[in-house]
Amino acid sequence: MSETTPTAVDRGFFGEANYPGILGWIFSTDHKRIGLLYFWCIVVFFSVGVLLGLLIRLELFAPGETIMTAQTYNAAFTLHGVIMIFLFIIPGIPAAFGNLIMPIQLGARDVAFPKLNLMSWWLYVIGAALALTSLFTGGGPPDTGWTFYVPFSAQTSTNVSLAAVAVFILGFSSILTGLNFVTTIHRLRAEGMTWMRIPLFTWSLYATAWIQILATPVIGITVALLFVERIVGTGLFDPTQGGDPIMFQHLFWIYSHPAVYIMILPGMGVVSDIIPVFARKPAFGYKAIVVSSLAIAFAGSLVWAHHMYTSGMSDMAVLVFSFLTFIVAIPSAIKVFNWLATLYQGSILLDPPLLYALSFILLFTIGGLTGLVLGAAATDVHVHDTYFVVGHFHFVMFGGTGMAFFAAMHYWLPKIYGRMYDKVVATVAWGVILIGFCVLYISMKVVGMQGMPRRYYDYIPEFTGINQLATVGSWILAFGLLLMFVNLFRGIFKGEPFGSNPWGGATLEWQVPSPPPTENFDDDPVVTHGPYDYKKAGIL
Amino acid sequence: MSGHVHKDYTGAKFGMWLFLFTELILFGGLFILYAVYLARYPQEFVSAGTELDVRFGAGNTLVLLTSSLFVAMSITALRRGAKGLTQCLLAGTIVSAAIFMINKYFEWSAKINHGIYPGSEHLKELAPGEMVFFNIYYVTTGLHGLHVVIGALLILWTMLMIARGKVTGEDWVLLENAGLYWHLVDLIWIFIFPLYYLILH
Repeated sequence: MSETTPTAVDRGFFGEANYPGILGWIFSTDHKRIGLLYFWCIVVFFSVGVLLGLLIRLELFAPGETIMTAQTYNAAFTLHGVIMIFLFIIPGIPAAFGNLIMPIQLGARDVAFPKLNLMSWWLYVIGAALALTSLFTGGGPPDTGWTFYVPFSAQTSTNVSLAAVAVFILGFSSILTGLNFVTTIHRLRAEGMTWMRIPLFTWSLYATAWIQILATPVIGITVALLFVERIVGTGLFDPTQGGDPIMFQHLFWIYSHPAVYIMILPGMGVVSDIIPVFARKPAFGYKAIVVSSLAIAFAGSLVWAHHMYTSGMSDMAVLVFSFLTFIVAIPSAIKVFNWLATLYQGSILLDPPLLYALSFILLFTIGGLTGLVLGAAATDVHVHDTYFVVGHFHFVMFGGTGMAFFAAMHYWLPKIYGRMYDKVVATVAWGVILIGFCVLYISMKVVGMQGMPRRYYDYIPEFTGINQLATVGSWILAFGLLLMFVNLFRGIFKGEPFGSNPWGGATLEWQVPSPPPTENFDDDPVVTHGPYDYKKAGIL
Repeated sequence: MSGHVHKDYTGAKFGMWLFLFTELILFGGLFILYAVYLARYPQEFVSAGTELDVRFGAGNTLVLLTSSLFVAMSITALRRGAKGLTQCLLAGTIVSAAIFMINKYFEWSAKINHGIYPGSEHLKELAPGEMVFFNIYYVTTGLHGLHVVIGALLILWTMLMIARGKVTGEDWVLLENAGLYWHLVDLIWIFIFPLYYLILH
């Protein structure tokens, strides 16, 4: 790298807007501005979700009523779930970092449909606003849990109808982002950007976008049916009218299981992009990682009913879905082994992005293995709907996607803002988060094994000690998160400028200035080597 | 942003096709429910299905197929520069959509007058499978009717763009995409018609 470290930051795309002030953001069609709009919304919603999580843990600090009533508790965990799933994890990496980075990685000037992209963000904001409105209007906040299972959701007097509309709109936003990304990747690759030169992060977005397109309409029709059932009384899931509640669960999970791959695949993509950079080695098994992303997207669409082992399906169906579930473990494991092989004998730089990526591998592997306990029908029957499940999905969702989101923040945000955070504080924050995480969620798995059901407001006195341990863990975790965010945001606004390529990446986003200019590239780039070819990129 | 005009017709059509997939899957959820409940209540579906008037369904099928023909012809007309003919053909499509909806209004009204609608007292006296049939009939045709209205509005907007000269014989991808959407509305009806009006008779 021949460039010298600059003392001031060029304003790049921050300096050019079509409208003054905030209008230049909320009506911008620039993918980087839209990406940042998503990012800041997502950070706000994540903070609200964390706050609710802390309150839930505080309530469970002792048996009986501690700080809130049972009805408030039901609303709190429903809201925690809805916010974290629909407003943080699903859009987190693809909508924020996908928008920020993916077009640059392809050598494009924007996504295929910039106006549609802006519309997706507006739909996201409208959906989020409706979800929040549903808390304070009508019959009070929904108390169904994020799964909206009938018959309860069709009968409860709380504001489920509005929440269903919100989910429908958020789904529409997700669909439009997905089709925008697929079209962009097909149509807007720079000269020389062959399919086998696409960075793994963008590949993971491609697989994710297909799931968004093909699975999301199913949740759309499901919540639409719930809505008309509540409003008009169509009763397609109502046994007294000949309907079948199990069909709701099938339709719900036909989307919502693939949706967990919408959540995890982009995280895997982030890790796949970060590890080679900090190991100073080309990604081991690039093609295998690409194929495994597509294989997860495909196989993940066939396993939905493993959420329903205890719902009254036939034994044959349980066996088939259990078998298919195990198949998904194979492409996931292929990725993990390829990441480890990339690290093997690399010149490893333990910078914050790599640390978060490594914690992804650790926590996701633990979460994945406990997932097998749930995927096997025989063991699942015992731990179904216990805190073991809660511990499991927090390991894969928070330990997986959440950590990948943090890794992406520490990896790419300096690129977008042109300034660097304090790496020592970032490392300390990472350690605190990891400790708090383990104390909190391992406790949940243990208490789940001991038989404590999920979603319960109260528990028997025997579970007090371990619940208190979990609550203390939530405090450590929250402190770590606070430290991480403060350090990161202080850094990107006030930190030292660093030039264009602080980590030594070979993908295209590191070849443009920081922050990138409005049109990303002065001249259309021509790609002559693979995304992790550090020798040809002149980095090694 | 800085006057960099980039028009990618293949990309625009590609995006539209992806969107049409999502619409098919949206209706797919209803077709799955239909299949499951048909398998569960075959007798009751037949007894309820014979209450639907095949004349309404057949008439609307003809109307929709004709409207699709108008759209297809309008694209060719625009490419040959016949702007007036294009607008006439598109107006024909919108009139067809209106006829379809009026027809649907009379069909639904007749049913509702007989006390057959979701949540009605009469419906609750029927057998479970018959209730399911009428409920899913209302949901499916209702959602399809909504798509007819959306499609007609889309075509109306396209006509406005043609009138303003934004869509021309050289730049007609918007018309083609609106046409694709209209064909989808038509196509879904082609499946609804036999499932609800023909095979149960």
